[in-house]
Amino acid sequence: MTSASVILELRGIRKDFGALAAVDGIDLAIAEGEFFTIVGPSGSGKTTLLRMLAGMEQPSSGDILLRGRRINDLPANRRPTCMVFQSLALFPHRTVGENIEFSLKIRGVSKVERRQRAHGLMRLLRLPEELYGKNVTKCSGGERQRVALARALAYDPEILFFDEPLSAIDYKLRKTLEKELKDIHRETGKTFVYITHSLEEAMVMSDRIGVMRQGRLVQVGTPNEIYVTPNNKFVSEFIGDVNVFPVEVAGPGRLRSSAIAGEFTAPKLPSGFSKGHLVIRPEYLRFLADPSGAENSLKGRLYNEYALGSRFQYQVRVGDQVFVVEKLRQQAYGGRLDDDVVIGWDARDSILVTD
Amino acid sequence: MARRGSWAIPGPGPRAALPLVLLLLVGFAAPLLAILDYSFMPPRTFSLTGEPTLENYVTIFQSTSYLSFLWSLALATVTVAVLALTCYPISYGLVRVFGRWATVLTLLFTIPLFVSENVRLYGWVLFFIKNGVLLGALKTYLGIEFDSWLFTSSATVFGMIYVYLPFMLFPMTLGIAMVPNETRDAAFDLGASRWQVFREVELPLSMPGIVIGFLLTFVLAVGAIAEAKVLGGQAIIPVTHDIEIAFTYAQNWPLGAALSVLLMLVVGALVLLVLRRFDLDTILGRR
Repeated sequence: MTSASVILELRGIRKDFGALAAVDGIDLAIAEGEFFTIVGPSGSGKTTLLRMLAGMEQPSSGDILLRGRRINDLPANRRPTCMVFQSLALFPHRTVGENIEFSLKIRGVSKVERRQRAHGLMRLLRLPEELYGKNVTKCSGGERQRVALARALAYDPEILFFDEPLSAIDYKLRKTLEKELKDIHRETGKTFVYITHSLEEAMVMSDRIGVMRQGRLVQVGTPNEIYVTPNNKFVSEFIGDVNVFPVEVAGPGRLRSSAIAGEFTAPKLPSGFSKGHLVIRPEYLRFLADPSGAENSLKGRLYNEYALGSRFQYQVRVGDQVFVVEKLRQQAYGGRLDDDVVIGWDARDSILVTD
Repeated sequence: MARRGSWAIPGPGPRAALPLVLLLLVGFAAPLLAILDYSFMPPRTFSLTGEPTLENYVTIFQSTSYLSFLWSLALATVTVAVLALTCYPISYGLVRVFGRWATVLTLLFTIPLFVSENVRLYGWVLFFIKNGVLLGALKTYLGIEFDSWLFTSSATVFGMIYVYLPFMLFPMTLGIAMVPNETRDAAFDLGASRWQVFREVELPLSMPGIVIGFLLTFVLAVGAIAEAKVLGGQAIIPVTHDIEIAFTYAQNWPLGAALSVLLMLVVGALVLLVLRRFDLDTILGRR
């Protein structure tokens, strides 16, 4: 990323609440036009971070730079950024049109022009025109999401912030809106900074993802990098079900585990690695009819199976350790529960991570 | 023979509500109807079944009673106006500024309500009276002498503001507490100044609490009598005083009843006017 394309830069941002550091030193550069998502469990400090970026909280230390200009002391109403809130925070005493036009009215834009802008945005967000004069509390959940987005876009911000706006929505609508949001991002070309606790949601939409834990960014990368090469156990466990067990180096290219008997072939060892965790995604585990040719194999018992729609998930018990295996429907395992099974994986499909 | 039809036994809801309906009919509607009836009875009679007449109303319209009506309405209006201006900042502070101290302050505002209104008003008399707590102390320690402020119309207003403050404060506090933080933040984030956030979002969204506070204090203040008597020393005669006189010394129940009916009509009309102007449901976006 060249410095010219950086729109927002964070340098050593901290936020202390008494003795507790909610945000504990964050350095980050977000590029112009990027869809950047910060993912973290609740209490990881992501909302506090976003509120500082939007100007609703002051950092205890560190600098926020917008196109190289320090904006720490600029209050939210004078920053060229806008936020879509978790509760959406629509104005319940106003119509859809008045909500969308709020920032324009504040700026003294004429009534005709306001109306024009609002109708343009409603078209962009596929809001039916007749909603314009309707009270915003009469709108459906999906319509309200779009009104909130339209209201923020009407401000014409350089960066749009999103504080988990989709978290309270049912699954199906959420999936639709995730994709819509990505489309809107393409169409407007604006920089989006999004916050969520769902790595899955982040993966669908983002250009890059930052994973946050206890006030720090533990990994920043593309969705693919985060999924394929998580750099620690926390990140690897953040998306879906995953198999993780402790390992240490047993010899050149070999690993052993305190949890499972036997030795395993290691993937490429990170430099200086002596002990950590081995991560295997459930889709990389196979049921083996003949274990002799496999790089790694384990004997276990098929404990349960779950239909996930397009896939099947199996729970295999190996000693005290539970392994999760996933197969596409067409490749479903035909056995019965309590069968003795052998599962295996290729070393290159496993990932070594530190804590 | 029990027949199903228009006289079928009502469902469990109406049946459960029946005792309350009876209580309200006997305890609330009946006395009002009795007052209404009395107001059409010949003057100085004590029967509800006399020949109906408009004489009492004629008497009122020919007398100077309208003066006490105006006094009552004026006192109530001033009280509501002063309370609105003083309570809004306090309520705002209780909800947004005082933090943990808000509980203590709320308690301090509530505790006086446990003491009878008359006792509290006589407390103020002792405080303000010549050689009382305030003037006596000034005289003894500073050697300054002032005339007592008691028994004036402003002392009456002071008493009413003091007595009805909680009835404005608490609905207002609730109203302000109903404005979500994120909604204020959103308006600010969209470029509004602090003042614009207040005007466009906080004030309209806290309106239900404010309107309820207005109505409550206005209705109570129009019916006030003790403040004018105790602190005002009858410098002002409110209509409630006229009503009391008619029912007691004058022994003219029909006249008192007619005055009461007129007062209810005036206040009811004003309340309806306000409720029509500020439809609570519309403010809350429920319609």
